[in-house]
Amino acid sequence: MKAKALSGAESVANAMRQIDPDVVPAYPITPQTDIMHAYAKFVADGVVSGELIRVESEHSAMSAAVGAGMAGARVMTATSANGLALMWEIVYIASSLRLPMCMAVVNRALSAPINIHCDHSDSMGCRDTGWMQMYAENNQESYENMIFGMKYAEKAKLPFMMCLDGFITSHGIEPVTLFEDEKVKAFLGEHKQDYPLLDVDNPTTVGPLDLFDYYFEHKRKQSEGMFLAKGIFLEVAKDFEATFGSKIDIFEKYHTDDADTVIVAMSSTCGTAKEVVDKLRVEGRKIGLLKLRLFRPFPSYELKEVLKGKKVIAVLDRCESFGAFGGPLFSEIRSALYEVSKPKICNYIYGLGGREIDMAMIESIFDEIEKYTTADIKDFVKYLGVRE
Amino acid sequence: MNLKELSKREDRLSSGHRMCPGCAATIIARMVMYSTELPIVVTTATGCLEVSTTIYPFTAWKIPWMHSAFENAAATLSGIQTAYHVLKKKGKIKKDIKFLAFGGDGGTYDIGLQSLSGTLERGHDIVYVCYDNEAYMNTGVQRSSSTPFGANTKTTPAGKVSFGKQQFKKDLTLVVAGHHIPYAAQASPHNYNDLMRKAARAFEVEGPAFLNVISPCVPGWGYPSEKTLEMAKLAVETCFWPLYEIDNDEWKLNFNPKDRKKPVEEWMKPQARFKHLFKPENDDVLKKIQARTDLEWKELKERCKVE
Repeated sequence: MKAKALSGAESVANAMRQIDPDVVPAYPITPQTDIMHAYAKFVADGVVSGELIRVESEHSAMSAAVGAGMAGARVMTATSANGLALMWEIVYIASSLRLPMCMAVVNRALSAPINIHCDHSDSMGCRDTGWMQMYAENNQESYENMIFGMKYAEKAKLPFMMCLDGFITSHGIEPVTLFEDEKVKAFLGEHKQDYPLLDVDNPTTVGPLDLFDYYFEHKRKQSEGMFLAKGIFLEVAKDFEATFGSKIDIFEKYHTDDADTVIVAMSSTCGTAKEVVDKLRVEGRKIGLLKLRLFRPFPSYELKEVLKGKKVIAVLDRCESFGAFGGPLFSEIRSALYEVSKPKICNYIYGLGGREIDMAMIESIFDEIEKYTTADIKDFVKYLGVRE
Repeated sequence: MNLKELSKREDRLSSGHRMCPGCAATIIARMVMYSTELPIVVTTATGCLEVSTTIYPFTAWKIPWMHSAFENAAATLSGIQTAYHVLKKKGKIKKDIKFLAFGGDGGTYDIGLQSLSGTLERGHDIVYVCYDNEAYMNTGVQRSSSTPFGANTKTTPAGKVSFGKQQFKKDLTLVVAGHHIPYAAQASPHNYNDLMRKAARAFEVEGPAFLNVISPCVPGWGYPSEKTLEMAKLAVETCFWPLYEIDNDEWKLNFNPKDRKKPVEEWMKPQARFKHLFKPENDDVLKKIQARTDLEWKELKERCKVE
């Protein structure tokens, strides 16, 4: 197929059109709105078969999504920032019911103060809710992750969050190659929900009161489900590649194999970082980028393997974890590496509220961490691009 | 409605649940569910009815039932009903199914009001039933916006400088009426015929229907457990809880005691939550309650165009 000029939001909406879910409950919030505008037009033009519920809040969006999913429908939605925060209670319920659904999260800073631009505090705030999470670098990935994510969710029987950077990706226009509609349809197949409420001949009680005698076992099973989801990721990725010829992976290694120092990052920042890597590689510097695509389930074993033997690692977090030792990505990667070679590792918190990150800033990180190959790290957690 | 016929209908909420003896909520739930012979899918807001009927690994529900959270029984049901609508259109579901939500006054008047309003405004073909026991009974009797003026609750205790709840009860049925949905009504479990006729009508209309049903609560109101239906009856006879319906914007009064209208004290006196109001120093509180009841009754009669 020929590439089309599409925004990230339009790319996601096109994935939704091709997936053609039965029910999409959604509520407007900047910068998610462009996804819903495009999808609403698809509904208005009759090119999709599902129904859009224009709910009165994100809390009701997630509630209706959970209801529709339990009824037996294939369900999708999208949100950002405070919308996701308002959903939080039901986000946790969705995963606890082992309900597959696919939600685009257009990453945006949380209030206060109110800010409409990109950072990852919204989806990172949901990192322990039992949702699977992928982060997209660009429009093409946003599109592909959505289609992948829908199938992944249904196979793993868990909900899936597809995160793309607010404005940077959602409103940036890039050439995007869409798959054929029929291929997407065939890849996904029919959704079959376990114990659907609409099976009135086999009634099920969903969401009972579960006390100290069973709750723990149920949570343990949920945890096991998330653990098993990592294997399912690889299976679905294989299927995806066989169908579309495009590779979905846990991470993308960008000149990491022979690198001594490596930046680990997610989302659109990786595009900028790749340019920097290209530039510095020409100068013969042994540096690389590890772009993490799958954040939940967290690939700790795989990270351990790929980062083994590195001298210095800098983890970039577009999110603050107040009162913790570094950002969420940093603490998890540091913990994953504890039992291996223990490379030197430090953290850069950047880009909060949409603060620009450019090539010079990323280059300055490489300059700094290369010094740590011989010198000691002074500050493990630094703030990049902020006036102090 | 013929009792003999009704007795043959399947009970969709079985016995053996853990609701209090004398609880009106289960009486109401069963009556409502007797009112249609079609299959029903039910959602229930967090509350007494939810926790006491589904203590894992047991369930009292013989039909598909779902609880998600406190404030979203209506929104959840709107998702289920939309899924049904789509899947039926696609030929994946063949049967005709009805959709029903239960919530207490906490889950309906307060925390779930927005979710309810949204569901009603969007026009989903569902029935929402509020069992109004006039406080947060499941969490141990805290005031809600449905709690009557002067009532003693754990969060509005009567004390040396307080006579209990300082605000009047919210008129939720009137709020719902503002949505101009096909059908809304107030009912009471003591008048099963009226309640079940209203529930049948609620299931019958296309689009959202709302029933607000007074639900006397033995521990919360403080009266002997055998007096539940009597308490409900007195609420109606004193016109504190008038029976009426709004069918496609047509207001109709279903019970008019005319000159046999009882003073509201007759309903309040047997209830422990109002006991302190019968001390001489709270005489003006009682007067205010009567005046407010009279005013709302007068306004309702005007809407229903009766004397």
